[in-house]
Amino acid sequence: MNSSHIPKRTFDAVIVGGGGAGLRAALQLSQANLKVALISKVFPTRSHTVSAQGGITAALANVSDDNWHWHMYDTVKGSDYLGDQDAIEFMCRNAASAVYELEHMGLPFSRLENGKIYQRPFGGQSQNYGGEQAIRTCAAADRTGHALLHTLYQRNIAARTQFFDEFFALDLIRDDEGTVLGVVALEIETGEASLFESRATLLATGGACRIFRHSTNAHINTGDGLGMVLRAGLPLEDMEFWQFHPTGIPEVGSLISEGVRGEGGYLVNKDGEKFMQRYAPNALDLASRDVVARAIAQEIRAGKGCGEHGDYVHLKIEHLGAEKIMARLPGIRELSMQFAGADPITDPIPVTPTAHYMMGGIPTNMHGQVVSPVRYGPEEPTPGLYAVGECACVSVHGANRLGGNSLLDLVVFGRAAGQHVIEYLRENPYPRPLPQAKVDQALARLARWDKPKGTETVAGLRDEMQRIMQDHCGVYRTEALLKEGLAMLDKVEARLPNAALSDHSKMFNTARLEALELENLMAVARATLVSALARTESRGAHSREDFPKRDDDRWLRHTLYFQGTGQHRDQLDYKPVRLKPLTVDTFQPKERTY
Amino acid sequence: MRFRIYRYDPESGSAPFHQEYDLDFDPKGKKVLDALIAIKDTLDESLSFRRSCREGVCGSDGVNVNGTNVLACVTPLEGLQEPIEIRPLPRLGVIRDLIVDMAQFYQHYRAVKPYLINLDPEPENERLQSPQERAELDGLWECILCGCCTTSCPSFWWNPDKFLGPAALLQGYRFIADTRDQSTNERLDFLEDPYRLFRCHGIMNCVEVCPKGLNPTAAIGKIKSLLVKRAL
Repeated sequence: MNSSHIPKRTFDAVIVGGGGAGLRAALQLSQANLKVALISKVFPTRSHTVSAQGGITAALANVSDDNWHWHMYDTVKGSDYLGDQDAIEFMCRNAASAVYELEHMGLPFSRLENGKIYQRPFGGQSQNYGGEQAIRTCAAADRTGHALLHTLYQRNIAARTQFFDEFFALDLIRDDEGTVLGVVALEIETGEASLFESRATLLATGGACRIFRHSTNAHINTGDGLGMVLRAGLPLEDMEFWQFHPTGIPEVGSLISEGVRGEGGYLVNKDGEKFMQRYAPNALDLASRDVVARAIAQEIRAGKGCGEHGDYVHLKIEHLGAEKIMARLPGIRELSMQFAGADPITDPIPVTPTAHYMMGGIPTNMHGQVVSPVRYGPEEPTPGLYAVGECACVSVHGANRLGGNSLLDLVVFGRAAGQHVIEYLRENPYPRPLPQAKVDQALARLARWDKPKGTETVAGLRDEMQRIMQDHCGVYRTEALLKEGLAMLDKVEARLPNAALSDHSKMFNTARLEALELENLMAVARATLVSALARTESRGAHSREDFPKRDDDRWLRHTLYFQGTGQHRDQLDYKPVRLKPLTVDTFQPKERTY
Repeated sequence: MRFRIYRYDPESGSAPFHQEYDLDFDPKGKKVLDALIAIKDTLDESLSFRRSCREGVCGSDGVNVNGTNVLACVTPLEGLQEPIEIRPLPRLGVIRDLIVDMAQFYQHYRAVKPYLINLDPEPENERLQSPQERAELDGLWECILCGCCTTSCPSFWWNPDKFLGPAALLQGYRFIADTRDQSTNERLDFLEDPYRLFRCHGIMNCVEVCPKGLNPTAAIGKIKSLLVKRAL
């Protein structure tokens, strides 16, 4: 295929991804009367934001005394001090206005008797810097992500954003000076590639938990933006940090919101013991997610799990009563009945730690600009390239994200990045010449799957990769386990060139999409194992049994993983954590207990 | 397990047909989507369908199973009569296999202006809404736009271009019912039309199939009674 044959579309800005982050950024740009294209591989309301349940965190103080300083402290502590404190301050300071803005847009928040937005307690939330439980998470029943995603989509309809639904981005176009000039994308229905030329490109492609066999994530969470960034020669940050949500439904993976424990639910082992009191005597079931996930894993390991195989624990909420469950947790009840065969009004819900969220991702600054070490420092912006949401690493979540902070991340940084793109476009009014060779490279990704025959299948290799990651890079890790996993992944990756499709049709060829997604997943899996092997400490969600302590002297720093070739296939670099907030004093790292 | 699945390949030049698959699969606890994925992964890579969340919240995988519109990901395999017949949602154009052209459906959705219209200056904090006022939105805002209801509606089958269909009308009412919205009259003006709204004859297929348990017929009834009230 030759690039001269593919159609070209020109926009001021192109956004890849139609979840909360992409839609929020698009709205900012559309409202500024810029010509913006939003490319999404699924119709936007199918994006994974829709699965967020419990809520969005902001110190509105509608229920408990609260302020953004406490929210900031909790987030820094929750991140196990790996979060960048300037970005965390920015997020927490802007949280209330971001939530009010969503309300003004029409988001149907649940309400308190006085008409204000309903808030519920979530894990890791405190008043007075580690004191009593705060009640900080704003909710629309237990479908807050659905409400947020649909509201943002609706506002974009009103703002006449130009949507390219069911277009799959193949690769970034980045010239030799490092400027990003757009993307090559595949129109799924026709199977035709086209070039989206734009002076600014914003990636909002979401997470990649589909590297694991069991995950709460949608099928579409395949790290497409991350693969694109690695292939463009840019790094990924902190890829060893994956959140295992304490309460996923075993095997199926469906998420049971932290809001369930926020509303008063608690965990018990097979003896009926409320075991969290042994692991987090103060916060109990509302300790940080990494803490609760490890506690459950230890109970299971000690033979205290429930069920035939003892591989899960029980989450009980019967005591809340049918009325409260129906009003506050209707979606959870539905999921539990559909996927666990348990009606929580009468039965406990079986739960087990399940891969849920990628704390790492594409390194950015507070404006969403993608940054990397080039010449003068570790964080030089890549001209024309932005990333927001789960695919990005700002880093506000550090080594462990607090519940309710991901939806907040989407809207705060979606808005900030959109605003910065507007300024960037003003300062960079002229298009630059497009390097044809880069366009051809992107098209080669597509042509590779035209290969008529092979000895491997995409589904087979994906299954092997997911098993490797599940078994070797889970809640607890060791050097031996990670090394073995990497050796196994090496072999699977070596077989990828032998894979071929049997379906070579053009129109809506989902087999080809899955192949392209697998390439991205493999790259993410590799970055994860290599980064995890190198970090010889335990911090947040990265628990090394051979290095059980946090080691601030050596490891209070961010990992940067680059994809190289041959002998230098994996390259690691590090950069310091930004400990200095914007206006307040640094929260100095200290021992983290709940 | 035996499946009978609608196949259409737009590039082949041949007419749609039904293909049978025998899948070695333990249906215990599994859903229709699990079987579709297993068929694609192990028997026939070319079988095409949409899917995303696999837990009934994103609305991607509306299909017709044994004659009823359902979400494949939340429909248990156990209890389904074999061969399990899976077809695309009715009345919409088929792009390929189980993938339908949703353009018309989304156009009707956009037509009801599915966004809050309130021209007052924005208050410093949230707009207040009592729990009772907010409760008026329950059963409306949870719609996932899967299309199961609209494509099960005979009125939509007869006038797909003019009748907005239950999903769009449900969303139309969602904003009428919102105390924060100021555009009720304009919304009612738009809906007061022999086709857009009044082709609904209360057949209630929509209520029967909605995978989220919503009731578009009731919402349509409420719009109608608002129109009557307004006329008096």
